[in-house]
Amino acid sequence: MSPAPGETADITNTADTAVPAGAGELLRVRDLTVGFATRRGHVDAVRGVSLRIDRGQVVAIVGESGSGKSVTARSLVGLAGDGARVEAAELAFDGLDLRRVRGRRWRALRGRRVGFVLQDALGSLDPLRRVGAEVAEPLREHRIVPSRQIGAEVVRLLGSAGVPLPESRARQYPHEMSGGLRQRALIASALAARPDLLIADEPTTALDATVQRQVLGLLRERAADGTAILLISHDLGVVTEIADHVYVMKDGRFVEDGPTRTVLRAPSHPYTETLVAAALGRGRGPARGASPHGPAPAPDPAPAPGPAPGRVVLRAEGLVKRYRLPGRGAFTAVDEVSVEVRAGETLGIVGESGSGKTTVGRLLLGLTAPDAGRVEVNGRPWAELRGPGRRTARRRVQMIYQHPLSSFDPRYTALRLLEEPLRAERVPGTERARRVAELLGHVGLGEEVLGRRARELSGGQRQRLAIARALAPRPDVIICDEPVSALDAVIQAQVLDVLADVQERLGVAYVFISHDLGVVRRISHEVAVMKDGRVVESGDIRKVFEAPEHPYTKTLLEAVPRLHRAGPADSQAILKPR
Amino acid sequence: MAKGFWPGAIVLALLAVMALFPSLFTGIDPDAADLNATLRPPSGAHWLGTDQNGRDLYARIVHGAGPSLLIGAGAVALALVAGVLVGVAAAQLGRTMDQMLSRSLDVILSVPGLLLVFLVVAVLGPGGGPASVGLAVISLPGFARVTRAEVIRLRGAHYVEAAHGFGWSRAQVVLRHILPNALGPVMVLATVTLGAMIVAGSSLSFVGLGPQPPTAEWGAMLADSQEFLAIAWWPAAFPGAAITVAVLAITVVGGHLQRRIERGRA
Repeated sequence: MSPAPGETADITNTADTAVPAGAGELLRVRDLTVGFATRRGHVDAVRGVSLRIDRGQVVAIVGESGSGKSVTARSLVGLAGDGARVEAAELAFDGLDLRRVRGRRWRALRGRRVGFVLQDALGSLDPLRRVGAEVAEPLREHRIVPSRQIGAEVVRLLGSAGVPLPESRARQYPHEMSGGLRQRALIASALAARPDLLIADEPTTALDATVQRQVLGLLRERAADGTAILLISHDLGVVTEIADHVYVMKDGRFVEDGPTRTVLRAPSHPYTETLVAAALGRGRGPARGASPHGPAPAPDPAPAPGPAPGRVVLRAEGLVKRYRLPGRGAFTAVDEVSVEVRAGETLGIVGESGSGKTTVGRLLLGLTAPDAGRVEVNGRPWAELRGPGRRTARRRVQMIYQHPLSSFDPRYTALRLLEEPLRAERVPGTERARRVAELLGHVGLGEEVLGRRARELSGGQRQRLAIARALAPRPDVIICDEPVSALDAVIQAQVLDVLADVQERLGVAYVFISHDLGVVRRISHEVAVMKDGRVVESGDIRKVFEAPEHPYTKTLLEAVPRLHRAGPADSQAILKPR
Repeated sequence: MAKGFWPGAIVLALLAVMALFPSLFTGIDPDAADLNATLRPPSGAHWLGTDQNGRDLYARIVHGAGPSLLIGAGAVALALVAGVLVGVAAAQLGRTMDQMLSRSLDVILSVPGLLLVFLVVAVLGPGGGPASVGLAVISLPGFARVTRAEVIRLRGAHYVEAAHGFGWSRAQVVLRHILPNALGPVMVLATVTLGAMIVAGSSLSFVGLGPQPPTAEWGAMLADSQEFLAIAWWPAAFPGAAITVAVLAITVVGGHLQRRIERGRA
């Protein structure tokens, strides 16, 4: 690990000695180690990391979940957690030795000088408090503005964080706002006290591409105003978008660091290469049906020439679904949607949250009845199917969820989970064992997982298990609702490979619902773009993504932060500033 | 392991064995009166002394464990089974059924509990069985409500949705996935209720609505002792202590189970 430029060596620290600060240097960390006492003894989550942040600089820490990114960030504000042992040779914030800060002085620092934004905006906002009160708290606590002006300041902050109609939004509760708005409100509250340093832990992970873009824009603006930003992310697309300097973290250590462009253009550590490759495959990988041009650094998604258009296995015509709103009126979640899915092909459905994607999925599954229109499974409409016939038809259409854990009975081991659909069809015992082994083979899981419960498996293993279970009834179609959104880039690529591989081998069709255009592009043959419950554009994936006709599709495509590949001849990753 | 769990569990196990096989603990006949030895204080011959009829108190407490605990345990068992059935029916059989059952539960809850128990015992006649049924009636709404809420919560769970997708019928989905996962909180309620029901059962015996004399029963023993409280403390103190110890053991073990279930759900 190379020391940050400008770092002077061997400064002995005595109590509250002012650390000589370099020009504009705000935070300096040297040899930070954070350990936790666990049942299995002492475990170091962070092992000797050093970093430096200047005023107005955007510094990113990237790495997969569990690599220690978040713990590093939390240690900087004294929130490493109960039982954590934080040690550092140097931990200086604007000349203040953070190692000696305790109790009340932390509180004066946090919120006032260091703002903190967490990934889970719903969990970070008090559900019983109006959003305005949340933003007002640091203003009042640290007496930033006279109390008469707090209301006006709250509105100004929400407005500058990109919250539309800030006056009325300030009076809403967190659950009344969308994920994107909550995240922006949280950023507004973190920025309320005009901190010198903003630590943002995965601030855009839960957000759609368009909202993500707005939030990143907001962060960039703050950096231009002199706020230093420490960004924690697993998404290289986001990092290239705004970070000046990047640290790559793996297993509690920084394996590589440097200016963002340099690190990502010419990664020197194999782990960074994997990350870049995974991000490239995701952001700009070859579309399904297209032949990959040039040697691809990404794990190849096996884009075999698309199977000859098969029979239609799932067809929806003129679907309408309305929900009654409290008080007056109704909300049309799905409006005149017609789609067709052919055997062995993938239909991608993209759109922002709230665009009706998930409702379409539920209508296709026959879990919800449409107010108008019909869904046919193998030519037979759900509405005509009753009793045993309907139960048999259900097996033809399976589902994979964003959070596989929620789709597994918590009492069951992996073996029971895989056997469950087979038992429902009364497959005899010996045949069951054979089918389970076959299913494991399809998704690349070993027999050793069978005895474990789902919560003992990793995120990637869980989603593989979910795919295997969905395959058990030998369905014609699997509806995948955001199946990889909760996974890291590397795992995402692996799970997408499994899906593509299974499709090629078994000829199963997918309806792939996602807000992530890169992922949809990689897996889909056809795509339907949804906005406000309507399909605004649909057709062949390449046609839609390369020559979008509807203005909304164009906006969506432009909003995706990503790594660009230079061209067919150049397999090097380069960054294309926007 | 939480503090006090093992002592609690051991006491509970002892009480269970005592209730089932009282002769393992004493060879003395609990009903044998000896009018030459009435109200004797604790001694080598009579470990816990004798009552006003000269019956051995230790033997009566040992033999009383069965009837005393059975009223409460029976009440909880009855209420548990009936309450779970009512709760599942309310949650699964549609709006009309839900309204009917839920309002019926409200009616039970609107009548003072003790009055309802007296009513049931008045109809069925005094005794251990009727006392159990009466107590079951007043604790049924709790079980039914908890079950109903859990079933409704789990009905929307993704894994229940997925089970429907495998082609199970509604009844099969309830039996395989909903009920087993709903039972945690119901069992917690059962252990909490058990303690209360044992006290309630003893109270019914105290007022003469439980097992009839000469059956040894802790509540009835307490009732017998009150006339002589001024001259002999032991006929009141030991049955009272027995009730206290039993309820305490159940509460400790129940609390531990509750924490375990909550941790499992988190």
